Amino acid sequence: MKVVVDTEKCVAAGNCVAAAMDVFDQREEDGIVVLLNEHPPAELAADVRNAAAICPALAIRIED
Amino acid sequence: MTVPTRVLVVGAAASGLATVEALRRKGYAGGITVLGDEPHAPYDRPPLSKQVLSGQWESAQTALRTPEVLAGLDAEFVPGDAAVALDPATRTVRTERGREHRADAIVIATGMRARVFPGQRDLSGVHVLRTLDDALALRKDLLTCARLVVVGEGVLGAEIAATARKLGLDVTMTGPQPAPMALQVGPLVSGLLAELHSEQGVRLRLGVGVVELTGEHGRVAGVRLASGETLPADAVVVAIGASPATEWLADSGLRLDNGVVCDSRCRAADGIYAVGDVARWHHEGLGRLIRLENRTNATEQAQTVAGAILGEDRPYVPVPYFWTDQYDAKIQVHGVLPIGAEVDVVDGDVSARRFVARYRSDGVVTGILGWNMPKQARLRRQEIVDAASAVL
Repeated sequence: MKVVVDTEKCVAAGNCVAAAMDVFDQREEDGIVVLLNEHPPAELAADVRNAAAICPALAIRIED
Repeated sequence: MTVPTRVLVVGAAASGLATVEALRRKGYAGGITVLGDEPHAPYDRPPLSKQVLSGQWESAQTALRTPEVLAGLDAEFVPGDAAVALDPATRTVRTERGREHRADAIVIATGMRARVFPGQRDLSGVHVLRTLDDALALRKDLLTCARLVVVGEGVLGAEIAATARKLGLDVTMTGPQPAPMALQVGPLVSGLLAELHSEQGVRLRLGVGVVELTGEHGRVAGVRLASGETLPADAVVVAIGASPATEWLADSGLRLDNGVVCDSRCRAADGIYAVGDVARWHHEGLGRLIRLENRTNATEQAQTVAGAILGEDRPYVPVPYFWTDQYDAKIQVHGVLPIGAEVDVVDGDVSARRFVARYRSDGVVTGILGWNMPKQARLRRQEIVDAASAVL
């Protein structure tokens, strides 16, 4: 699994962090998404897919 | 319960599409039909008042998914044909073009319609902003007009005023509340918003009602206020809220009361569910019926609805969330901000326009608002969850 984030589209909601905190974080200054792990392990796949699904800005894409 | 062989989703915007995706993600392999009343493929609404209106984005950039991804969902999308009736007993939906769709499970995702003033449709130059076509029509007018009056001081009105001002228009915002978004965020933050809009050059005529829109030769010319003042206008946006799109359900027998009334599982009747702006469901945490008009709810609620269709039995108990961007201010709201709540600044500094405010009602934390501090606001969201579980 490969995760791609679009920092231009990100609206800093932080839903992804709540869904998968080992994979996503937010910048301190403006809350924009920070990708901690571009290739998350299989046990986090469901959480990452959930994060992508609930992102209100469609800023997370998953390439299998 | 048995898994349905066919699911019909009425409404092809964020909540409808998210329901389809959640069904597939959860392994549902049956048939799915999605009815949409607009001609467009599913698109996103938050950018309409900002990136689309400003011209920063082409309209194609609002597409929720690429054509390839949509095709991969293996669902039948039927655009441009509005649902006009639902028979819950046979689970049949009839459309404007006279087609009938039957399914084992029906998801109502018809969203809302912008409210209008009586007579507003008779004048050109008067706009609402709900759909992509609305946004494009308004943008076209903004490019040739000098003076815009925004009727409505809520989130949408404030965003439109900010965008139009950045485009260089002469902008006046009017509405019955004393400051922008006063009902949504309370006096402290709405006061700051009033300052911000004034600094940016928006003329505020707030705390006063609109009597009528005046016109000349069929085109809007001004907005007459209860104070007697008339605001001259080349174009007017009416952003006075929206109503759940439930007219088509009038004879369905479903309970309609400020939306489609649902149980805590977002179920309106046996095999019938509602999702997104149109759904008013029983929030077990808050202990009452609520309806949320925001983007995050559309996708989150879809996860619960898809689960319920497939036999999961979980209540939908979200912490509500919305955001708004105006000029350089990014405001994030978690939870609920009741009228009359006590407000404390718990992070940052109001004068620096970077802070987090905590809202308490009877001493209980109900909401967190961040102004240019999104991460810090989210970190305090847990306080809302903890306070709610302490009360239960």
